[in-house]
Amino acid sequence: MSLHIHRPKSHTVAQSLLALLVALIALLLTVSIAGCNRVADAALSGDLTAVPVRAPSTEIVGEEVAVLTEAPNVPAAITRTHATKVIVNLEVIEKPMRLADGVDYTMWTFGGTMPGRFIRVREGDQVELRLRNHHTSTVPHNIDLHAVTGPGGGAKSSLTMPGGESVFTFAALNPGLYVYHCATSPVPMHIANGMYGLILVEPKAGLPQVDREYYVMQSEFYTTGKFGEKGHQTLDMEKGVAEQPTYVVFNGAVGALTGDKALQAKVGERVRLFVGNGGPNLISSFHVIGEVFDNVYTEGGTVASQHNVQTTLVPAGGSAIVEYGVEKAGDLILVDHSIFRAFNKGALGMMHVSGEDNPKVFAAVKGIAGTH
Amino acid sequence: MRSLRIATLILVAAATPASAATQTSATTDRVARAASGMARLPAGSYRPLYAPGGASRVRVAGFALDREPVTRGEYLAFVARHPEWQRGRVRAVFADARYLAGWRDGLDAGDADALRQPVTEVSWFAARAYCASLGKRLPTVDEWEYAAAASERKADASADPSFRARLLALYGAMRGRSPGTARGFANAYGVRGMHGVVWEWTLDFNSVVLDDDSRATGSGADARDRHLYCASSSIGATDPADYPAFLRYAVRAGLGARSTTSTVGFRCAADVPVS
Repeated sequence: MSLHIHRPKSHTVAQSLLALLVALIALLLTVSIAGCNRVADAALSGDLTAVPVRAPSTEIVGEEVAVLTEAPNVPAAITRTHATKVIVNLEVIEKPMRLADGVDYTMWTFGGTMPGRFIRVREGDQVELRLRNHHTSTVPHNIDLHAVTGPGGGAKSSLTMPGGESVFTFAALNPGLYVYHCATSPVPMHIANGMYGLILVEPKAGLPQVDREYYVMQSEFYTTGKFGEKGHQTLDMEKGVAEQPTYVVFNGAVGALTGDKALQAKVGERVRLFVGNGGPNLISSFHVIGEVFDNVYTEGGTVASQHNVQTTLVPAGGSAIVEYGVEKAGDLILVDHSIFRAFNKGALGMMHVSGEDNPKVFAAVKGIAGTH
Repeated sequence: MRSLRIATLILVAAATPASAATQTSATTDRVARAASGMARLPAGSYRPLYAPGGASRVRVAGFALDREPVTRGEYLAFVARHPEWQRGRVRAVFADARYLAGWRDGLDAGDADALRQPVTEVSWFAARAYCASLGKRLPTVDEWEYAAAASERKADASADPSFRARLLALYGAMRGRSPGTARGFANAYGVRGMHGVVWEWTLDFNSVVLDDDSRATGSGADARDRHLYCASSSIGATDPADYPAFLRYAVRAGLGARSTTSTVGFRCAADVPVS
């Protein structure tokens, strides 16, 4: 009897436990599935509250060799709508280049130009980076692309002796505008000698249409001679350590963006500047005299995070994207608004805007010298 | 990865024509002959870029060092005696495809000017075999750096900012020119061309290596135990302002034992006979 009573009792306990277990498993499954969905949705919708763990593209269609451009030019916007394999051929070349009138400096370059060649790929692309080091180079070099998810941003796999070549691949997981640079010891020397450039990982949906895109990169030089001292200049390490540059320039030289090398635009056009800062030390207070930035993609991210901006900070080893429409003919002046740098160290560029004067936008009324 | 590289190097080295037996059988007389004409460096110490066990200086025993880098002419005589080291005959495990690529032919190293240039485009294996053929050996990193710390007058000028600035300028001037156009300065030991002529092989070039990514710290017990002192970063370096030394260590880190480049040559060292 007692056994008879006992049995159903124990049966009930076992059943209850089983039910509880099933319920728990179901709950766990629900939570984890919901969690996955939320992350996946966030990655697609741009929801900033969730952190996606990204996966490389499952389907890579075709192969192409990236067209790299010399500053201030930017490769054309990417029109394809699928991920592909992109081969990037970069060669490190050490060569004397003009730093200012009558002043040259042996630049260590990515691609023989200052700054390094602009690379443009699409989010999801599989990139094969082939880094060669010209046989006349004095030292080994490598490359760290801030767009790379992987050891040293590629630096760990790309130490390349003069005459050699290294190859690595990476998935362009995160869209945005990224600095790349050399990370071979002594790193500050390699960067101080000019080893930086920009890589744009274009979002899958592309960037808003504009009429002009330009590549502007600020950096400093620390020379043994004073600003403007003629002849061949070499790195002054002590000035570098003290963070007291002799030159602060756009696109590798004083006057790289002035006179007949000024950027060009026409009234009524929309302009996008991809602005990088190679450093090695200074943060730039990037400003365009005579304009207001309609959109700023702060720190090179993918959201136009601010509108109607006068001056935007560009960190060393970082970037910003600025966009503006030009409404008035004349010359716009690009500066680092840490203004001694512009006035005394070279951080000046120019955008020449041609077209209608548009006096309703601005007109000089009375003064010693009107603009028109 | 790195320990594998070193292990492979040792294994392959054991199989090279210049076997260890050649060196161990060298008599005192032979060592004395080898050292004649070489510069004698007294025992002393130097400050390495990465110091083992926190010691700021490393002791170096007395040794002899070639006064100048080995020339093409000298290397030509070697390959004439040892055909297995001629271009086209050298085994691929001992040298990469650019071995002596600048020579006209296996036994034609160029004109009289070319013969006076330091030989480059030689692998570590080849450099090692050359020295062994003369009863010598490659200098260790410690020996090389100890000798290289000297200016014309001072035995150790390595901490002198003006000496450093001068070395950086000399290294910078190596760009794109043939090594034959400069002989460099003769230092206090009578050793010439340690800086700005060619980079030079050392016996244990990859025993102290920078990480390929030159900012990783790589510190920690594991790294210390293996004497891989901090991968390159300034962390762990005895003097983060010694940029010339960082450059030399980075070059060594960029080399494999088969590597041949137009900027890397060598000179030989020898033990000094103990009287």
